[in-house]
Amino acid sequence: MLKLLKYSLYNILRTRFTLLYFGFLLLATFAIYSLDHDLARVSLSLLNVVLLVVPLICIVFATVHFYNSYEFIELMLAQPVNRTTVFMSQILAVGISLSLAFMGGIGIPMLIYGGEASMIYLLFVGVMLSLVFTGLAYLASVMTRDKAKAIGITLLFWVFFSLIYDGLVLFMIYVFYDYPLENATLAMVMLNPVDLARVIMLMQLDVSALMGFTGAFFQNFFGSIRGTLISSGVLLLWILIPVYFALRVFKRKDL
Amino acid sequence: MRKFESYRLRWFPMVFGMMALLLVANAAGASSPTKHFVSEGESISEAIERAVKGDTLIIRAGYYEEHEIIIQKPLTLIGEGRPVIDAGDAGDIFLIAADSVWIEGFELKNTGFSSQNDNAAIRVFDSRYLTVEDNRIINTFFGIHLSNSQHISIRNNFLEAFEKRSHRTGNGIHLWQCDTALISANHVIGHRDGIYLEFAVMVETNRNIVENNNRYGLHFMFSHDNAYYHNEFRNNEAGVAVMYTRNVIMKYNLFEKSLGSGTYGVLLKDISNSVMKYNRIENNTTGIYMDGSNNNEIHYNLFRRNGWGIKLLTSNDGNTIEGNNFVGNTFDISTNGRLVTNSLERNYWDKYEGYDLDGDGYGDIPYRPISLYSTIVERIPSAIILWRSFMVSMLDRAERVIPSITPENMKDLKPKMRPNDIDFKPE
Amino acid sequence: MISISNLSKRFGKLQVLKSMELDFERGVSYAMMGPNGSGKTTLIKCILGLVVPDKGRILVNGTDIKGSWAYRSDIGYMPQIGRYPDHMRIGQLFDMIQNIRKDKTDFDLDLVKLFQLDQMLDKPMRTLSGGTRQKVSAALAFMFDPGIYILDEPTAGLDPLAVEALKEKIAEERERGKLIIITSHILSDLDELTSHAIYLFEGNIFYNNNIDELKKETGEERFSSAIARLMEWSQKGSHVKISKNAEIT
Repeated sequence: MLKLLKYSLYNILRTRFTLLYFGFLLLATFAIYSLDHDLARVSLSLLNVVLLVVPLICIVFATVHFYNSYEFIELMLAQPVNRTTVFMSQILAVGISLSLAFMGGIGIPMLIYGGEASMIYLLFVGVMLSLVFTGLAYLASVMTRDKAKAIGITLLFWVFFSLIYDGLVLFMIYVFYDYPLENATLAMVMLNPVDLARVIMLMQLDVSALMGFTGAFFQNFFGSIRGTLISSGVLLLWILIPVYFALRVFKRKDL
Repeated sequence: MRKFESYRLRWFPMVFGMMALLLVANAAGASSPTKHFVSEGESISEAIERAVKGDTLIIRAGYYEEHEIIIQKPLTLIGEGRPVIDAGDAGDIFLIAADSVWIEGFELKNTGFSSQNDNAAIRVFDSRYLTVEDNRIINTFFGIHLSNSQHISIRNNFLEAFEKRSHRTGNGIHLWQCDTALISANHVIGHRDGIYLEFAVMVETNRNIVENNNRYGLHFMFSHDNAYYHNEFRNNEAGVAVMYTRNVIMKYNLFEKSLGSGTYGVLLKDISNSVMKYNRIENNTTGIYMDGSNNNEIHYNLFRRNGWGIKLLTSNDGNTIEGNNFVGNTFDISTNGRLVTNSLERNYWDKYEGYDLDGDGYGDIPYRPISLYSTIVERIPSAIILWRSFMVSMLDRAERVIPSITPENMKDLKPKMRPNDIDFKPE
Repeated sequence: MISISNLSKRFGKLQVLKSMELDFERGVSYAMMGPNGSGKTTLIKCILGLVVPDKGRILVNGTDIKGSWAYRSDIGYMPQIGRYPDHMRIGQLFDMIQNIRKDKTDFDLDLVKLFQLDQMLDKPMRTLSGGTRQKVSAALAFMFDPGIYILDEPTAGLDPLAVEALKEKIAEERERGKLIIITSHILSDLDELTSHAIYLFEGNIFYNNNIDELKKETGEERFSSAIARLMEWSQKGSHVKISKNAEIT
């Protein structure tokens, strides 16, 4: 496993894409820091990068990389190597390199210019989202042989989770606002990894406002560390479940 | 309205100092003051009885179990090596009804709670020229409780209470019907209201640290012509409440971490002709809540990381909000109607996305600080869960371009492109 | 050595393998033939575990390959078209495969030397010609001294010298009692290298017997003519079809 992981990581580094990604994040973060001197504002700007840009880049790169590694996967599967090992080393290599590029790109400017507690969470949700969208990309990739189709599906995932889904939730809130909606909205948010990441950050950046809401729901969910723990747990499921299904499909996939 | 600006207050310390000098001179002239020494095992009350007007009592370090020490003549009581006076939960410690009393250097503790009596470490009636300085007042119902007194100086005291049940907590520094007082550099923790002023006029409150109190950090009503400088109000259950008062100056204060529903950094209710400048208002659920307040100046303050920077009800009129910096607030301003008669100018709003083509430092298009989504959240609280989503940002942006729900005239015509340069700490 | 029973595989609407029954014995070299799309490559991929069959069982050295992978260390596989990570150099590729197959420590580098691949270890895979890629595939297949060789069109695209070298190597391994399965359209190669003919047609085994028998049955002297006759029969749907070892004498 470690050997395969090593070679898979090597394959990714060869493409230099993660280096580019790292450089892009580094530049963007430096730019944000130089434009805004207040850390509160820096956090908010970085949040937009984490919620929009990171998922997009991760899902597209992971999909493209899967198809580019097809030969490597084929070669490995003709060797006395476990399919699970081949798959996991591939997905781990992508997940690790994207996460490292993200942490470096965002984290290094933070180390230089200083940060605040909420930025630790920002790094955390950024890494989680990188992994979630890597998993989703692999799920889409193992389901179809067609690279263009897979990229189409992954872009759809991205648009859906970043925009359409929230629109639907908002619509629901608006239509049914006479009813007690707290638990329903919370449940809906749990079904979208981008929303989960956003809610974790909301509890960091907007805690002052969240404390202003009365009612058992807000007290229970936002009032303590509990909301963060639950959200993080579900986000973890958002990594594990797509990877699990992708692995299942891959194990029975014909090459 | 700016004319009143602390005209009397500015002279207040000097007047006060001269009075103290006169007092000392007077005492020296009448009869040479005697120094009495009290050591552990002796009674402070008896020593006071023996002393005559103008005498000084030096209370030596030690542990004194006494309460209801009554002072009815001008005396100076100085603790040497911080003697402890423990009331053993039996009631007031010093009861003062005399002019020119000076209490310094004690640790006063355990007044106990009473539903009949406002037990206090130092309780003062109808007195003038009182000084309370450098005392530690621990675990008391009320700390320093004054009524109907004038020319008071309360400085460098440390007051801490531990009671959590709200009906059993009293105020740290409590002034009722007082005139001309200086409350300076005290540290008040764990009381009901840290500093409570009712019908207290001409009070200057500066450099106090008031934190973790069960209700308001500072609470005043009908207390006109007061000034508050350089205080820190932190993590009090409900920040600062300022009610039914005119001519107040609040400058260089820090109001932070007042969190919870119905909790405000500063609550301004029926306040008029007052000035709030150079304050830092950070991490509160609501930075300033304004209701029924007129002709106030809220200038050059920092609103940072609050849930709502300012909740400005339509009952307010003629207030000017100028030159402030709004940074990292969830919502900058909210209101409850469409009629707005307060002006916004030259503020810096971190959410402003306009441009400055003429290069004068102000954005060329006005900024509307009321977010559409804040009004949605007002009606449907659970919608807050979508805040900061891409969808909601787009909605808000659209509303700012073509306002439909938010008040049309609530706008800053000259929003600053860069934060206003505000100096929060000039001494 | 390899025992296949009731093997079926469908790709979409196309039934590629139809309840196939087949045994491969140690020490025998098989020529696997059939027109394009007859299921040769799919059968091979099933044996390698690259394609997962819908039904049936494959035993390699007595163990069911379903969910198993260790058995592949006894198989040297040379694909029809060797596809390799573009950016890798030949040397790195060899190192990597050797590194991953830690079950062996001494490597058979005969073909590496014969093909003079050791002089171009620095060449990236993407710059290689089709023939050189084939050489790399062959070198890899023979590197780990397996008991079973599966060679899919091994001589296609190779220059005559390399073909001779490869044939010699195959013959050598056959002498050593290895099981060898070759698919090829070049009948002369098969004639030289194999002793047993398997002819697939539309997912079925149309013929399975040793070559001497095949010649007898078809009445042809030459291997290529015998195969041509088989092809004719299969097109006509003749009854001469003989399947499974039952009829091997």
